[in-house]
Amino acid sequence: MSALTVLATSPGGGEFHAPGLELFQWDSFAGEGGPTWFAKPALLASLGVLILIVVAFASFAKPKMVPRGVQGIGELGYLFVRDQIARPFLGKDADRFMPFLFSLFFFVWIMNLFGVIPVAQLPVTSRMAFPAVLALMVYVMFLYYGIKTQGFGGFLKNMTVPPGLPKWVYIMATPIEFLSTFILRPFTHAVRLMGNMLAGHILLALFSVVAYHFLVEQLTPLGAPVGVLGVVMTIVFTAFEMFIQFLQAYVFAFLASMFLGEALHPAH
Amino acid sequence: MVLAEVFGNVSAIGYGLSAIGPGIGVGIVFGQGVQAIARQPEMYNILRQNMILGFVFAEALAIIGIVMPFVYPNTGFNG
Repeated sequence: MSALTVLATSPGGGEFHAPGLELFQWDSFAGEGGPTWFAKPALLASLGVLILIVVAFASFAKPKMVPRGVQGIGELGYLFVRDQIARPFLGKDADRFMPFLFSLFFFVWIMNLFGVIPVAQLPVTSRMAFPAVLALMVYVMFLYYGIKTQGFGGFLKNMTVPPGLPKWVYIMATPIEFLSTFILRPFTHAVRLMGNMLAGHILLALFSVVAYHFLVEQLTPLGAPVGVLGVVMTIVFTAFEMFIQFLQAYVFAFLASMFLGEALHPAH
Repeated sequence: MVLAEVFGNVSAIGYGLSAIGPGIGVGIVFGQGVQAIARQPEMYNILRQNMILGFVFAEALAIIGIVMPFVYPNTGFNG
């Protein structure tokens, strides 16, 4: 807020205010005192679920031998999730988990995409609740399948005792592995998605506000180039943000698949 | 008389510090990854997957750095 504030404090206009966390606080649709969950994020999340269900039904409800139209797009997405996300980690179990991974990937991606769609303009996953629930779901599945296939003791041993180290190293390595696998991993799994979306959204909002402030609210000869820069950066970062949204959805499903793979196929 | 003064928010400095390590890490991951692909282009798929995996783990630290100022909001020392 240093150089920008200096440029923006000419007389006759408001001061420049950088956008912050208030971008993510939405009032309830029911007005004052209404249920707080009944707001824009929940509406967008429901819309995302609806879009995913409709597209999946249109693609896969009546499959033809030779795919046409929306089925072609759906199969492209299915093949991407199967070959890039599910098979490398799950191997022969990939088909069993495809419904889950397919829904997970596309649900997260659609919720991220709302960040750059006009009018919606809020990446739903930047609200901690959504990634937290998804990551918790993956974590519970990881524990369930791990204990089911390896037994409680075996699962704990495979996860916390990396093989092939000198004996005395295990005094240090085992607690660290335990902390990293069972406590930090679900936390970073959720926070990675939320943090990326939050940071990206604030960045986009900052450049848009810079452009609006210096070109519309307070047009000065000195500030105009900054405003033009703001417009250019908004466009560039919208493109970059779309790439990040895809990458984060990919990474989220990719890590989910990796955790399930570790639970199902222990390293020997 | 004030000789030196700091304006703004310390969490910005904190985030700058927390981004150093992941920056180096991500650089190493992709640098070595590109080198590996140049040496063995036929391993591209496996290498790309492991590059993304390494990138994700390095990046997690920077992301935690973004979130921490919100977890521990600034009290006082605010310019």
